[in-house]
Amino acid sequence: MAERMDRSMYRFVLKHSGRQQLYILIFVAISWPIGFMLFDVPKQIINRALGGEGPPFSASVLGVYNFVFEGSQTIFLVILCVFFLLLVIINNALKYHINTTKGRTAERLLRRLRYSLFSRVLRFPLPHFKRTSQGEVISMITAESEPIGAFFVGAVVDPVFLAGQLIVAIGFILVQDPILGVAAAALYPVQMYVIPRLQKKVSALGKARLREIRRLSDHVGETVSGIVDIHVNDTSNLELTRFADRLAAIYNIRFEIFRRKYTIKFINNFLDKLAPFLFYLIGGILVIEGNITIGALVAVISAHKDMSTPWKELLNWYQQQADARVKYDQVVSQFDPDGMLDEELQHTEPEGATSLAGDIELTNVSLVDEDEVRRIAGVTLNLVADSNVAVIGGGSSGKDYLALLLARLAVPTGGRITVAGENFVELPESVIGRRIAYAGNTPFLQSATVRDNLVYGLKHRPLTPPEYDEAQARDRDAAAAEATRAGNIAHDYSADWIDYEAAGVDKPEALFERILEIFDTVELSDDIYQLGLRGTIDPTERPDIAEAVLKARAAMADRLREPAYADLVELFDRGTYNTNASVAENLLFGTPVGDAFNINLLPQNPYVLEILRKSGLVDDLITAGRSVAETMIEIFADLPPGHEFFEQYSFISSDELPEFRTLLSRTDRRSHDEMTEEDRVALMSLPFKVVVAQHRLGIVEEELQQKILTARDRFAADLPEELSSAVEFFDAETYNAAAALQDNILFGKLAYGQAEGPSRVGALIAETLDDLHLRGSVMEAGLEFQVGVGGGRLSSVQRQKLSLARALLKRPDLLIANEATSAMDPSVQDRIAETILKVRGGKGVIWIVNRAPMAAKFERVVVFADGRVAEQGAYDELNRDGTALHEMLQSA
Amino acid sequence: MSLNEEVEMLRNIPMFAKLEPSKLKLLAFTSERITYEADQLFFSQGDMGDAAYLIIEGEADVLVDTPSGELNVATLGRNDFVGEIAILCDVPRTATVRAKSRTVTLRISKDLFFRLVAEFPEMSVEIMRELASRLDHTTNQLRDALAASNG
Repeated sequence: MAERMDRSMYRFVLKHSGRQQLYILIFVAISWPIGFMLFDVPKQIINRALGGEGPPFSASVLGVYNFVFEGSQTIFLVILCVFFLLLVIINNALKYHINTTKGRTAERLLRRLRYSLFSRVLRFPLPHFKRTSQGEVISMITAESEPIGAFFVGAVVDPVFLAGQLIVAIGFILVQDPILGVAAAALYPVQMYVIPRLQKKVSALGKARLREIRRLSDHVGETVSGIVDIHVNDTSNLELTRFADRLAAIYNIRFEIFRRKYTIKFINNFLDKLAPFLFYLIGGILVIEGNITIGALVAVISAHKDMSTPWKELLNWYQQQADARVKYDQVVSQFDPDGMLDEELQHTEPEGATSLAGDIELTNVSLVDEDEVRRIAGVTLNLVADSNVAVIGGGSSGKDYLALLLARLAVPTGGRITVAGENFVELPESVIGRRIAYAGNTPFLQSATVRDNLVYGLKHRPLTPPEYDEAQARDRDAAAAEATRAGNIAHDYSADWIDYEAAGVDKPEALFERILEIFDTVELSDDIYQLGLRGTIDPTERPDIAEAVLKARAAMADRLREPAYADLVELFDRGTYNTNASVAENLLFGTPVGDAFNINLLPQNPYVLEILRKSGLVDDLITAGRSVAETMIEIFADLPPGHEFFEQYSFISSDELPEFRTLLSRTDRRSHDEMTEEDRVALMSLPFKVVVAQHRLGIVEEELQQKILTARDRFAADLPEELSSAVEFFDAETYNAAAALQDNILFGKLAYGQAEGPSRVGALIAETLDDLHLRGSVMEAGLEFQVGVGGGRLSSVQRQKLSLARALLKRPDLLIANEATSAMDPSVQDRIAETILKVRGGKGVIWIVNRAPMAAKFERVVVFADGRVAEQGAYDELNRDGTALHEMLQSA
Repeated sequence: MSLNEEVEMLRNIPMFAKLEPSKLKLLAFTSERITYEADQLFFSQGDMGDAAYLIIEGEADVLVDTPSGELNVATLGRNDFVGEIAILCDVPRTATVRAKSRTVTLRISKDLFFRLVAEFPEMSVEIMRELASRLDHTTNQLRDALAASNG
């Protein structure tokens, strides 16, 4: 059974920071007498150094030691003042030490709290996730724990410290005059009675507010993931209203809390100000009657001021405490679901090399899900070691639940599963997660590179520590020690976690070869190759690839001179205008790095404008711009606004079209100098998008091209130092780090409108790369491709293939594929399944197939129906009239 | 070759003859200019049609598969419009078109064509007129052929 969270916030705080709290309390205790002296010394300065008669002068220290001085009054005053200064310094040093210690303790507690919450999420029973929303969990671990952490700072110490200050202040007054003391403290019992009562209601409201906020974040999360359905159903009004409703509820609760909090403050302030009233009245009478000195009254009043500060803070603390308690309860109660995985199962390292290669025996296994539906009903199944089995069945046959049971993503509610003689339910995750691989039909990919996703299944613990220098090693040790102090795991995240042995290789270099083999198995090689061509590499990190690419570039240039390829690519050449590149690209003649020379905003860049002016291009470009604008207005004016053609073809968006129309008529017959700067830039920016070969507008002719070439040279020659890193110029001899691998190899533009141009050039690139043995480098670049959130930048087929590749890479004893190829073409599915069976070389494979014909490739077929095994046996045996398999094959 | 020349050529095609210049310009601007080297195929007989082609320069052969082999039924040149049946209705290509020499074409995709028709109904009227006159023409041919075979 998994341990429970500490239900009470105070138990949590004391359990994990008891010693530090005690340490702080000792310092707090030390600070009390100093605090008392800070009140006392000023009074003695007034009464004994200024008002006293002597020599000898005397002053009492804490009432236990009497300091007698025989010297002059002035020196006595100086001594007392220096003593006072010393007290101030000591007091502040103490406060600093107490506060930093408190801060550190609190941060550790917050870190521990978040860590234990997250580690519990990892151990939640899987069905629990159906009921828990992502938004709520995120908000609990991030936002909601923050104020709890802030409260930890003073959870124990603050009340003691403040109460101490208060007692010191009251004590001081009592010593001065018992009646005044009683008067000053008389109202506190009233406040202590009234305020908790009011606070109770505020706490209840705080609870309600938390619930509402969680619902709000849940709603936001749901909206983000369901945005498609909102668009297709036109439910934005509904969602907005639902959101507004929740905001209204939160508004009401928050305002109510606000109101009540200030009611408490009001009562408190009022009662607090009653005390000075009593001081002035009673104290004043006592002074007039000569019963106390004015000095004493002034000291008492200043002591009361000092008293009201801790009292107010104490009250604040009380409110915060109530608030934090509510939050803590609300958070912690969400992290204690029943049936949580035991921590031991997750963190125990297997003893020796546990193998799960063996018979899989299901005895009378049943599975009832959380809705009380029987998914698997008394299945007894014996799967012999190292066999390959296809499981087929209809959509509700329960076959997918079998896959979940075998991957232990579900635990049977009845019966027993043993694998290789081990009780499956009790095996630690370290055995199951390493010896069994599971590939589902909608795999989850991390927002990281292809490589990271592949080796994810090999990272179970840090294996090779990174190479640290002395200082780094020290930092690392300190970090580990600190992690342990906060109850966190102390592994080194920067270590090499990849278990090469599990992948069947002995060193990191060999892993790459192995990955390539697996890509071939799951037919992912071409995809990764294409991603690689579109990817970039860092030439400082991989000078070998950069150099090889330059060789490929030269080889490519030679091939492109052959008559068969002559017109397919227009190579970059500093002295020639590239008709397949836009005017902007021709001017820049390089790849922009960062936003300074963003191709779309180029004409707005001041440096570019200056170059255009110097090259005498401004007039030409404005004239060309007018011509483009006229043509665009002529062609697109009749289309309704927002028509898709605008976005696809027009240089001017439908919104801007009317503006350009008025711009044209406004500036008609005017010289360019008379136009406003804005109009000129607007017109000038149009021809920047023109690609001569594509647009056939006839406005960027020979003469203008020559001028642009001059501007191109000037642009490069005059480029100021601070902009030099904003562009990587096209240079035949250097690798362009900002451009994709393919663009580096091509070093030119694909010619527009050549039939089959892209595919022929693609084939030529592939040929050139193969000749130079560069394919591997491209694959390496492909491995560095970022797959995006949830793998969104890959297609669903690519995601499934990657998931299978990951499953194969760790060479499991048992591979479970749960409709793992469902997104692919049927012929590809069959081919991949067959290759995988061959590659597995007889090691266990259980494949929940989504198409009955796939089963033909497997040694054994199990047919599921209604949560039971309907029939099982060899494919050929079962494939005859009257069997369930036959029926499914017929209908497939 | 600029946009305006393409517009002039489009105007020579009966189906587009009566369209306003701005519409023709839109059609030309949104269409791709594609160059075929000798022996490259525009499309093959039996493919589903996705575009029509206006030949701007060069020549192309129209080939039909027959039991006795490939038959060259026509040679197209500048100003010829080919493949338009396939963008008007969903039938497979009835012939193969192959570039005889280096041929430059304006490729009008089916998708683009229909979006234009949808946007400008007057275009469909012109096209209807053209098709009706073709139908009339073929009906006459059929009648003549029947008369010839009967007589």
